[in-house]
Amino acid sequence: MSNLKILVGCKRVIDFAVKPRVNSAKKAVETANVKHSLNPFDEIAVEEALRLREKLGNNIVKEIIALTCGPPKAQEQLRTALAMGADKAVHVEVGKDDSEANILQPLSVAKLFRAIIEKEQPNLVILGKQAIDDDASQTGQMLAGLLNWPQATFASKVDINDDKLTVTREVDGGLETISCKLPAIVTTDLRLNEPRFATLPNIMKAKKKPLVKYTPDQLNVDITPRLEIISVTEPPVRKGGTKVESVEELISKLKQAGL
Amino acid sequence: MFSLRRISTQITSKGTLLAVRPNLVLRGYATAQDVSTLLLVEHKDKAISSSTLNALTAASKLSDNVTALVAGEDPEHVASEVSKIKGVSKVLIAKDKVYEHGLAEVYAPLLASTQKQLKFTHLVASHSAFGKNIMPRVAALLDVAQVSDVIDIESPDTFVRPIYAGNAIAKVKSKDPIKVLTIRGTAFPPAPAGETGASSEAAPESEKPALTEWVSEELQKSDRPELGTAAKIVSGGRALKSRENFDKLIFKLADTIGAAVGGSRAAVDSGYCDNAIQIGQTGKVVAPEIYLAVGISGAIQHIAGMKDSKVIAAINSDPDAPIFQISDYGLVADLFTAVPELTEKLKK
Repeated sequence: MSNLKILVGCKRVIDFAVKPRVNSAKKAVETANVKHSLNPFDEIAVEEALRLREKLGNNIVKEIIALTCGPPKAQEQLRTALAMGADKAVHVEVGKDDSEANILQPLSVAKLFRAIIEKEQPNLVILGKQAIDDDASQTGQMLAGLLNWPQATFASKVDINDDKLTVTREVDGGLETISCKLPAIVTTDLRLNEPRFATLPNIMKAKKKPLVKYTPDQLNVDITPRLEIISVTEPPVRKGGTKVESVEELISKLKQAGL
Repeated sequence: MFSLRRISTQITSKGTLLAVRPNLVLRGYATAQDVSTLLLVEHKDKAISSSTLNALTAASKLSDNVTALVAGEDPEHVASEVSKIKGVSKVLIAKDKVYEHGLAEVYAPLLASTQKQLKFTHLVASHSAFGKNIMPRVAALLDVAQVSDVIDIESPDTFVRPIYAGNAIAKVKSKDPIKVLTIRGTAFPPAPAGETGASSEAAPESEKPALTEWVSEELQKSDRPELGTAAKIVSGGRALKSRENFDKLIFKLADTIGAAVGGSRAAVDSGYCDNAIQIGQTGKVVAPEIYLAVGISGAIQHIAGMKDSKVIAAINSDPDAPIFQISDYGLVADLFTAVPELTEKLKK
């Protein structure tokens, strides 16, 4: 079995429990003074890298690198990954604050990741299946396409045996298992694992772990957005809230609705 | 963490997505004549997936010139079915056993080389597990952006899509010469049968890199209507308390009215029902005529997957459950008495 070096993607997003509000310019969602956290699917990615190391041992999983592309504050999410147990963080700094987060689109992120992969030479890359802000579900597949690596998306189970990766995927109607050789890209689905909480001592230790910074220029990657956001609006309000008193009344309403 | 423990603190959104516009407004540099669309057909067991029919309607809004690509080990039967659907002007057939299991590593080069040879301006697939897996890889090979989960098409370069679990609607304009789109099935009606069959020919040859190997699959077999296209859905949540209750109450009610069965994430995570029927941001997005939510609080994540249902009814013992803010008819009651009563009375 060869040495494994795992790269995990970590995106800073508005916390999943916060209800986003469209900003006054109707061009984006309000990000100032809004709680941000690590994208839930990325947390699962970090956890899976850690579990692979626990299962295969330090001799095989040599290093786990957390990578983010985003504003200076995205370092908080890298520190979270480090506190969970990643060894090193790489930050490609883009934009001055969270309001500029949507400069970066999946194709640009995939290209920045490719540039970092060329430098760091990981042989397994684990990303979330989608970010809960733009809901695009593209970056992992795009990265695999750019590198011409195999992709195992929407993973609910990951096994590594020698150089062979076996992944169970969540597909419409059930599960599918595929296998491929490393290097490869995996994207995580919710049921892959239950991420651990970082403990206070580990949070303290994470502050001393290495964090390397780059800019897109240093990596020679053009991040010009290909999609122009014309507007962002609130969805139309649904008129709900009517209560019925009994099962009979519910049935009669449903019958009117065509049951 | 995306934890269950915090779901109860979530506030729901209210709202429906934008309706499909009947008329296509053309603007920008592309005209209908310039637009030519390649539709990737998803199929299984010799049947066209229903979401492909919805994606075809979206593709037809772009232009009359829609070419459908059918790939597989034995694609002829599906190709002949596809040729009879309204809106399909030509069918391209890629016959090879490497295409049997929808592996992105062979589908992406097939789509990219088909685009390069035949110069399509738009590549369209449904936003299903199949489309989501393949299309971004295609976009990367063509060095263009992708627009995911499109719910409306304003013009050949301007698209509408939900972001933040449907809590905001973004209108985006693509500056790329080629548009790669995945379509939200519930936002477009299925394309009907056509009058004449379209001609078919072999798809251009492309690379077939043997990067991945398909091993096996484990699919849920069911006689119930398919969740994605069902007119009626009964959905259960954590309040069911056990798999036995879920089977006994939810499935029985669904079978009484001929509905498909869905579950909230809480129900899936607690093991009350299978993951394949999860409705929400991370599961399936549905928009049936009638959606009956039983024992579901109505977290943002769940609402994202069902708020475009025509009529939403909810049964919940908590009068303050967020689901009641979006439901047309809410019944505050203990589901363990209300659901059996409902089932019995509906049987009559």
